[in-house]
Amino acid sequence: MYDKTIAELGAGLRAGDFSSLELTQGYLDRIRRLDAALNSFISVVEDSALETARAADERMKAGRAGPLTGIPIAHKDIFCTQGIKTSCGSRMLDNFVSPYDAAVVSRFREAGAVVLGKTNMDEFAMGSSNETSYFGPVRNPWDTERVPGGSSGGSAAAVAARLAVAATGTDTGGSIRQPASLCGITGLKPTYGRVSRYGMIAFASSLDQGGPMTRSAEDAAAMLQVMAGFDPRDSTSSEQPVPDYGAQLDADLAGLRIGLVQEYFDAGLDPAVAQSVRDAVEEYRRLGAEVVEVSLPNSALAVPTYYVVAPAECSSNLSRFDGVRYGYRCAQPRDLEDLYKRSRAEGFGAEVKRRIMIGTYALSAGYYDAYYLKAQKIRHLISSDFRRAFETVDVLMGPVSPTTAFRVGEKTDDPVTMYLSDIYTIAVNLAGLPAISVPVAPAQNMPVGLHIVGNYFAEARLLNLAHRLQQVTDWHKQAPAGFV
Amino acid sequence: MSLNRADVEKIAHLARLAITEDEAEAYASDLSSILALVEQMNAVDTQDVSPMAHPLHMAQRLRVDEVTEVDQRERFQSTAPHIEAGLYLVPRVIEQG
Repeated sequence: MYDKTIAELGAGLRAGDFSSLELTQGYLDRIRRLDAALNSFISVVEDSALETARAADERMKAGRAGPLTGIPIAHKDIFCTQGIKTSCGSRMLDNFVSPYDAAVVSRFREAGAVVLGKTNMDEFAMGSSNETSYFGPVRNPWDTERVPGGSSGGSAAAVAARLAVAATGTDTGGSIRQPASLCGITGLKPTYGRVSRYGMIAFASSLDQGGPMTRSAEDAAAMLQVMAGFDPRDSTSSEQPVPDYGAQLDADLAGLRIGLVQEYFDAGLDPAVAQSVRDAVEEYRRLGAEVVEVSLPNSALAVPTYYVVAPAECSSNLSRFDGVRYGYRCAQPRDLEDLYKRSRAEGFGAEVKRRIMIGTYALSAGYYDAYYLKAQKIRHLISSDFRRAFETVDVLMGPVSPTTAFRVGEKTDDPVTMYLSDIYTIAVNLAGLPAISVPVAPAQNMPVGLHIVGNYFAEARLLNLAHRLQQVTDWHKQAPAGFV
Repeated sequence: MSLNRADVEKIAHLARLAITEDEAEAYASDLSSILALVEQMNAVDTQDVSPMAHPLHMAQRLRVDEVTEVDQRERFQSTAPHIEAGLYLVPRVIEQG
């Protein structure tokens, strides 16, 4: 039951083999029994889940069910959910019950999906290990001594452990793809503007993008179909028409040109991870694709550039948390300045404060040109590298993460070492491109993700490539022991 | 660029973050190492490069200037830490004469 795809579950629900209420109850039982070892959920909303499941069963009987109707999913706790606490992994919003739904949340509500709860995450999505959460670290279901990656670590762990059929995530520098890679699931970061950011708590607005986290590419296609589309409430939402993602999953790969990114097979890459990635690329060659080496010469600049752009935008976005209108307020403020300063100091954790300060510094008088403007120029160079590469190849491939999941606590003392966990994923966000992490052969018994980067709005192509690999391999079907 | 404790205190004030002296020392070291990473950007000549404003070079969409939202003050104030008569309460800003 817990290994079934969204399509299989939908067929079972429509045939009356089981009800959404039974399915939902089953998942809630698993969460209660198994999540203590993982901490993948911040909130579990049993009553509303069961109520939605009952409504889904009615809708099923009335013949008005869609592909997601009655399917139990989880939302990353960065998406505002009306009536459900939306903490963003922070003490700042520990008391925040959103008065409205994010666009992504309303779309799933309209589709009749059952929301089991809200998943744990790095505080305000700032982290690569899920250790910056105010609600404690999430554990990797493949080895609970290890991190699940971040920032969407709760969503990745929950989907890998079969505590939800699928989940939503967000990706600002790798936050969908890196945890998907470390937990052995499929994670897609769509083109910037494909999925509405309305009601998705902002970290770095020019980089943030929501996307699906699932066990298979087929499930990711079904999830993205619900999530994608124009929304006038997001000023950067794209009006590009949404294709039928499911229809192109089986497309032939003969003649497809794959570019292997030379710079991503560097000295920092674990040789066992490199081997798994190269083996997967060989599978594509067998499926008829042509593989060539390509160069993205400005790759090494992606991390430095990101650590100007993202903190600058974060310092601006997070200035709204002032202890006045919502969120945490310190006790007995002496005056207004004390209220601002202590509410923010007590409400935010160390990593968030580091990034706010870096951003504040980069944007402060006299430094704008040297930091933010310089970074935006280099962003142009990075994006031009990709444009040139896509003149000769259809997709790019490489590793998602330089290593498999590291140990809890291993990188928490040194922010810069932690930042380098996203060395292969960050450039994609700077350029606004879509990319997917697909499970390939494990290394040291831990999952490894293959990174496939596409041109703008090529999500269907990425899902097609991931699906074809999943037809000839079964890495995506493996379940962590103890969570079968 | 290496930051000292005084720099950090100034930045923390601009960011409206209260920090203790011990924290200021720790942040000075963390922020300096992040800036050392960031300064790898300086190796590139960007004299003739234009800054990238939007990944898809999209222009800002405009809407018709008309009221589309209804007043939901009570609902939105339901999450406020301290309100009275529809107003957000904060410590006194203007001294009494």
